[in-house]
Amino acid sequence: MKHLLLAATLSLTASAALACETVTVGDLSVEHGWSKVTIGAGRPGVFYVSISNSGATDDALVGISTPAAGMPMLHETVVKDGVASMPHAMSIPVPAGQSVQLSPGGYHGMLMGLTAALKEGDSFPVTLSFEKAGEVTVNVEVLSLRAEGPDCADAGQ
Amino acid sequence: MLGVGAYRTRSRPALGAVLPVPISEMTWQLTDEKNQSVRPADWIDRPVMVFFGFTWCPDVCPTTLSDISLWLEELGAEADRLIVALISVDPERDTPDALAAYVGNFDPRILGLTGSADEVARAASEFRMTYRRVDKDDGDYTMDHTAGVFLFYPDGRFASIIDFHEDRRFAVPKIRRTLS
Repeated sequence: MKHLLLAATLSLTASAALACETVTVGDLSVEHGWSKVTIGAGRPGVFYVSISNSGATDDALVGISTPAAGMPMLHETVVKDGVASMPHAMSIPVPAGQSVQLSPGGYHGMLMGLTAALKEGDSFPVTLSFEKAGEVTVNVEVLSLRAEGPDCADAGQ
Repeated sequence: MLGVGAYRTRSRPALGAVLPVPISEMTWQLTDEKNQSVRPADWIDRPVMVFFGFTWCPDVCPTTLSDISLWLEELGAEADRLIVALISVDPERDTPDALAAYVGNFDPRILGLTGSADEVARAASEFRMTYRRVDKDDGDYTMDHTAGVFLFYPDGRFASIIDFHEDRRFAVPKIRRTLS
């Protein structure tokens, strides 16, 4: 409850606090959904989010969908021998009692086939599909290309 | 941040790795985001920081350029003589105009360089970095590439690499060592 009050306070003081909202499905809470500006609609957008599992059962993120992009996929940035590659992630484990971040340099959503360029201050919904908990939709806030994450008072990144 | 602790930090490539050639011995010729020709000789007597990437890259490249922008901010005027360049490994899509639109989102001291496929390959070989086109099912493609940031002393000698997952507390001191 304290958390919700905090988010509500932020939305009054900051114009862009969508990313600070928390949504829940079953034992999972999902928050800090954010993306970065794209130059035009031809380049892929990115999607970052935090997921925590307070339950006793392992779950996994198995897909994302959004009206903002025709082909959203889960990827992981892997650096091996200094070389970065970005393999497709079939699923991202969300183990019982743990938190998982889709964050710069690690797991992320790649939004290919954007319907429009992403501009700073825009927001769009992303629906996350979990193996066990089902689907949940978060609002994603578009931050600058330089952003490192949303500025939430409780952001644990 | 996931897994940061799992990555080894180091000040130079593993033993046996081939070091980049000194800037003074490099021979590439590229074009910056203002359509000006740039050659290694233009960088003589200046410390140099180079990162390879491409503007279609959604995660690694903006993350690295954000990091570089923060380092430059922390160094302030101290880094004004530092040459900072992103060299595109995707010259097919990264025209000077595309690079201008991209680097304009970061610290204004960051240059964007591109060129013919041959010149980019020459630069990559002289920096001893690797890149590879990865075709995807839908006809689109992405690029795998060395993600470290290369540092050189003003006399052109290779100084060190800042690895992609390296603790950022080590980055600014590494850059500072090339400035004096």
